[in-house]
Amino acid sequence: MSDGFIELRNIRKVFAGVVALDAMSLVIKPGEIHCLAGENGSGKSTVIKIMSGVYQPDGGEILIDGRTMPGMSPIEAIAHGVQVIYQDFSLFGNLTVAENLAMNVHLGEKRRLMNWRRTRAIAREAVDRLGVELDLDAEVASLPTAGKQLVAIARALMSDARLIIMDEPTTALTRKEVETLFRIVRDIQARGIAILFVSHKMREMLEISERITVIRNGRKVAEGPTGGFDEALITRHMTGSDILNEPYVWTPPPGPPPVPRLEIRSLTVPGKCEDLSLAIRPGEIVGLSGLLGSGRTDLALALFGMVPRYQGEILIDGAPVRLRTTQEAIDAGIAYVPEDRLSEGLFLPQSIKRNMLATSYERLARRLVIDRGQAEEMTQGMVRAMQIATPTAEKPVMQLSGGNQQRVVLARWLLTDARVLILNGPTVGVDVGSKAEIHAKIRELAQHHGLAVLMISDDVLELVQNCNRIVLMHRGRFIEDLPAADVTEETVSDRLKTFT
Amino acid sequence: MALLRRSETVIAGILLLAMVLIGTINPAFWQLDNLFSLMRSNVIIGIMAMGVLLVLISGGIDVSFPAFAVAAMYLTIKGMLALGYNGVVLPLLAATLMGLAFGAVNGFFVYKFRMIPLIVTLGTSAMVRGFLLGIVGTSMININKMPTALIDFARTDVVSVTKADSTTYGLTAMVLIYLGLALAMHLVLRYTMIGRSAYALGGDPEAARRAGFDLRKTIFFIYCVAGALAGFAGLLHSGMIWLANPRDFVGLELDVIAAVVLGGASIFGGRGSVLGTMLGVFMLVMVKNSLIIMRVDTTWQLVVVGLIVIAATALSAWRDRRRAA
Ligand SMILES: Nc1ncnc2c1ncn2[C@@H]1O[C@H](COP(=O)(O)OP(=O)(O)OP(=O)(O)O)[C@@H](O)[C@H]1O
Ligand SMILES: [Mg+2]
Repeated sequence: MSDGFIELRNIRKVFAGVVALDAMSLVIKPGEIHCLAGENGSGKSTVIKIMSGVYQPDGGEILIDGRTMPGMSPIEAIAHGVQVIYQDFSLFGNLTVAENLAMNVHLGEKRRLMNWRRTRAIAREAVDRLGVELDLDAEVASLPTAGKQLVAIARALMSDARLIIMDEPTTALTRKEVETLFRIVRDIQARGIAILFVSHKMREMLEISERITVIRNGRKVAEGPTGGFDEALITRHMTGSDILNEPYVWTPPPGPPPVPRLEIRSLTVPGKCEDLSLAIRPGEIVGLSGLLGSGRTDLALALFGMVPRYQGEILIDGAPVRLRTTQEAIDAGIAYVPEDRLSEGLFLPQSIKRNMLATSYERLARRLVIDRGQAEEMTQGMVRAMQIATPTAEKPVMQLSGGNQQRVVLARWLLTDARVLILNGPTVGVDVGSKAEIHAKIRELAQHHGLAVLMISDDVLELVQNCNRIVLMHRGRFIEDLPAADVTEETVSDRLKTFT
Repeated sequence: MALLRRSETVIAGILLLAMVLIGTINPAFWQLDNLFSLMRSNVIIGIMAMGVLLVLISGGIDVSFPAFAVAAMYLTIKGMLALGYNGVVLPLLAATLMGLAFGAVNGFFVYKFRMIPLIVTLGTSAMVRGFLLGIVGTSMININKMPTALIDFARTDVVSVTKADSTTYGLTAMVLIYLGLALAMHLVLRYTMIGRSAYALGGDPEAARRAGFDLRKTIFFIYCVAGALAGFAGLLHSGMIWLANPRDFVGLELDVIAAVVLGGASIFGGRGSVLGTMLGVFMLVMVKNSLIIMRVDTTWQLVVVGLIVIAATALSAWRDRRRAA
């Protein structure tokens, strides 16, 4: 017997030869907030799918209330109170909030008919229970991310849940929304419901959880009360080594100042940003932060040719360019890694190789035929450089873990031979170990290949550690341009808090 | 405001506009006998469109229903002639069941092998047509041999009017069958869980699986119903035109899919309604009918239908993107 609500014992799961989980064990106690930490591809999402009956384990056993559950199906898991909020929320965008909320009740009762009045009543109750405002008749596709998440949480709470599992719930949220989420999470816990939380943000894990389990290569490597962990310790367990963080230093070369790689002069996007001027010299990594809606993404989009109606001047290596389309931006040597990579950047069923080369084919096809040898070489080099965990570059991107998928997008842009690299949230959803590797790669590109990098991020620590300058933006204007040597995470965060 | 945003309202508006336009060019359009004949032309396409709507909502596509319709129709009539049976209900039932069986084959491949519905239905369509012509026969069955009971049944009118020159015309009672089936489909889609599961499947198959929908049941239901409606419509059609032609319905899939998409159903699945589809069917039939009246060549009619499919699809794609934004 164990005192856990749900317990995994020596679970094994193999996908076509890849061992995703190997003797994985995990105990969730009733009513606790538990965090699952691990690198990209360590098996966190797989653990969740096993606990919710989506995957059948190839070995080991699952216990709920001390009883083994052989061959547990999703329906059984739900019947025992296990509810999952997936990274993609698993909602029906084409249906209303009300129907999405009531769907599971109808299915659970094995109904044949659809009673709309009852559907609304169920949904109303669910929303009230969560204590939030939601338009029941709105189509879910029309809601913002945070709204969809609320629907997913409200739905999970309806079916007498005893455990709610959230897979990277904070990835796409703003700081404010994260606070709201945490308030709701504590509220849920107060009702005696356990919560399993997966996140790559150490700070969040330490803030919200009571117990932490660390997983590495499909095995549990550490477990205990959160009080016994700090960031360094979690990192060490996750990666098996310590990660050193040295700030990025850029010293201008002797002699006259070099021509900026990227220069913008009084750039204005009507209604979004105004009169922005900035020069980034070869080798510089400039950080850009500001609240959501400050205009930072609009600036990035304008630089990538996606806002043809911008005013002002853009110069690359001293030569003025006019960027009306993305193709013009790519031709000018600009690469942009968007914020929402999972939906904007990847062709999920296609192979890693194809995804990586998506923007490079034109260059590879100089002589009408694709240079296969070179294509292969480029892909292999990138798979190695980005340390993408895969046996072959022919694997569909769909089968990679979330963080590995992200590296593929990054790799694609690194392959375009860009001179200016614009990164919007370069490591969102990436674990600490990979984060350090991606950062190292970015630094190397700046330092040794003379790229100009503009790094947009919500993660202030990431900026402080990797940028030689940080620009703060608010309401469409540059407010401050701080040399990173002078700033710490606290000063920047405090400064950002004064913006409202 | 909510009413204005509904696609049905928009389609109805466009339809009215088109009617006014056509009526101005050709005042005979508004004459009762023309309207009656238009409604008559709605019946077969409309019944088939109900099946296609269901398939499209689920995120699939079906191009095999004309083949199923013609096979069910021809086999049933051949059977009736062979047995010397002259009736209505049993033959309609037989044709419906045959269509259902064909549809089950589609469902089997789509579910079991997770094949793309377009490929599956292209394949079954070619096979069914091939078997029909190769094994069952290629000769038309004309009015002189057609079972009389079917023809008499299909001839029933709801109302009939006598013109000044003492010729009569009427509104066929088959319209009632169409309306009845449409109502049934509406009720199924809106008020049954199997109907909602089609929307769920079309909206997000992965989410539907996780939610615990029995997708096997849903997929079989969808393709069986589409096949059954096609089989039913096929036999009804032969009664209405007094002819059983084993090469009938060629190219009809384009018309029907055009009508359904015109009616606001999304080609990507998850959206569509019976009312919209009925409006779409009416619009398509009306446009084709006007082209005929204006003596536009059939080849050019094809161009128009093709244009309608593309325009309607582009429009709905644009709409869906805007909603998601
Ligand atoms: N459906 C699948 N088919 C094949 N391999 C898979 C499949 N799902 C996961 N894997 C593999 O299993 C391993 C664990 O993946 P999982 O998604 O559980 O990682 P994760 O810890 O959630 O990572 P991340 O933090 O990046 O989301 C990875 O190597 C992944 O490539
Ligand atoms: Mg994951």
